[in-house]
Amino acid sequence: MIAKTVNQRAWFLVLPVLLIVAMNAVIPLMTVVNYSVQDTFSPGVFFYEGTKWYKEVLTSPRFHGALGRQLTFTAIILAIEIPLGVMIALAMPRSGPWVSVCLVLMAIPLLIPWNVVGAMWNIFALPDIGLLGFGLNYIGFDYNYTQQPLAAWFTVVLMDVWHWTSLVVLLAYAGLSSIPDAYYQAARIDGANRWAVFRHIQLPKMKHVLIIALLLRFMDSFMIYTEPFVLTGGGPGSTTTFLSIDLVKAAIGEFNLGLAAAMSILYFLMTLLICWVFYTVMMREEET
Amino acid sequence: MKGVKLSVVFVYILFLMLPIYWLLNMSFKTTNEILGGFSWYPKNFTLESYITIFTDPTWYNGYINSLTYVVLNTIISVSFALPAAYAFSRYRFMGDKHLFFWLLSNRMAPPAVFVLPFVELYSAMQLFDTPLAVALAHCLFNVPLAVWILEGFMSNVPREIDETAYIDGYSFPHFFVRIFMPLIAAGIGVTAFFCFMFSWVEMLLAKNLTSVSAKPIVAVMTRTASTSGYELGLLAAAGVLTIIPGAIVIWFVRKYIAKGFALGRV
Repeated sequence: MIAKTVNQRAWFLVLPVLLIVAMNAVIPLMTVVNYSVQDTFSPGVFFYEGTKWYKEVLTSPRFHGALGRQLTFTAIILAIEIPLGVMIALAMPRSGPWVSVCLVLMAIPLLIPWNVVGAMWNIFALPDIGLLGFGLNYIGFDYNYTQQPLAAWFTVVLMDVWHWTSLVVLLAYAGLSSIPDAYYQAARIDGANRWAVFRHIQLPKMKHVLIIALLLRFMDSFMIYTEPFVLTGGGPGSTTTFLSIDLVKAAIGEFNLGLAAAMSILYFLMTLLICWVFYTVMMREEET
Repeated sequence: MKGVKLSVVFVYILFLMLPIYWLLNMSFKTTNEILGGFSWYPKNFTLESYITIFTDPTWYNGYINSLTYVVLNTIISVSFALPAAYAFSRYRFMGDKHLFFWLLSNRMAPPAVFVLPFVELYSAMQLFDTPLAVALAHCLFNVPLAVWILEGFMSNVPREIDETAYIDGYSFPHFFVRIFMPLIAAGIGVTAFFCFMFSWVEMLLAKNLTSVSAKPIVAVMTRTASTSGYELGLLAAAGVLTIIPGAIVIWFVRKYIAKGFALGRV
């Protein structure tokens, strides 16, 4: 491969993208920074408050609660979706007419608007008329996600698994299908068992795509808003109020601009930091 | 062994289809029948909900508005991202790596952070409540994504082709449009699909940047759900209709979906 040539004029090619993204990212971010250090009593009248809002956010049990729930949720869904996705990708037939059909069917949940996903599960899990809720009660579980925190969590997690596991499957499957048949034949000749094939052939080939899957799943689950909001409204109580839900509640529901802005900045910095770690790992992976 | 494997796939797909079947089932029932109790299939099959949606302007305009900003966004994202992706895949320039990460960081930014400032920004630009506002706002995450995917596809095209074209006397725009773009046609298709998809499924920004004249279908649905009691049949039919565009486009890119999700890097 020829090395990339140094050419500063390439900036002109990047400029349009830079401008359109900067308009959408930098201006609003500056507005948020502005709000986060000011207070207001009437529209248009602002005064400087320094770090008051940041202190308030960092010491508020409400923010800690939302952050804790967010981290728990992200950890749970990653722990389920990544292994499950890999398992299903391994179980997929490697070729044949059904592969396309399977892939298309699996991709359908990814293309449903997020509020429809929420509404769909909201109805699907209702204890009296929804298949899931009715079924669970029928076989003897006392299940009502609008009142029991545990049931609400179960439903939110199940919904996310339903919604996004296919992404991991598609990625892992793409990684698997890039393995030449010769590798498998060599393994058979060496008498390698199923686990050895997975550990030394399939996993290394999937490593790269799995990092992308992890990155995408992490960031999307960390900013999840619409689906749980439509499904449970953050309830019962605030048991499924994740960071974005809490943020929108503070900004639009309570119109507490300063607090919401300080929360936004902290939230954004956290996402940025974790993604930077992922990105560095991914780029190192790409270079080797 | 093979049987076990196939049944795993089968059970998984069944699990995916069940909620969708339930939505479809309800869309053919009247709201009274839905609330009346549990049933596996509609007893009084009716198309009433679908008829309402196709005859009531608030409903079908919702679909038209949504499709308008989604298509606008796809066109803007892909055409802006093409030259940038080329620059990233072919050249090294000052600050390129930082710039690339900064772009990606916007794909990672939680939309909830941007809702309020976006409303102010687009109101100041006199664009509030137009499809263009939503299309531009969705560029926040779609342009970086498009750059990312296209860069992956472009890096798979050998650099010798560019050089041969220059030696043959092609100018850059001529080479880019006539030779390079056809080579990555699949990549452009996949990118367009992903922009379409992420703009289509997003609700928070689309809902808050519009009020009356550009109200997207997702907002029509949530408002209907909350105002007129609980029109479940109607809601279900509207939901089913939002799945159809996605299901149609996905068939065209089925061979490349995985490659696209891997950002062109498989």
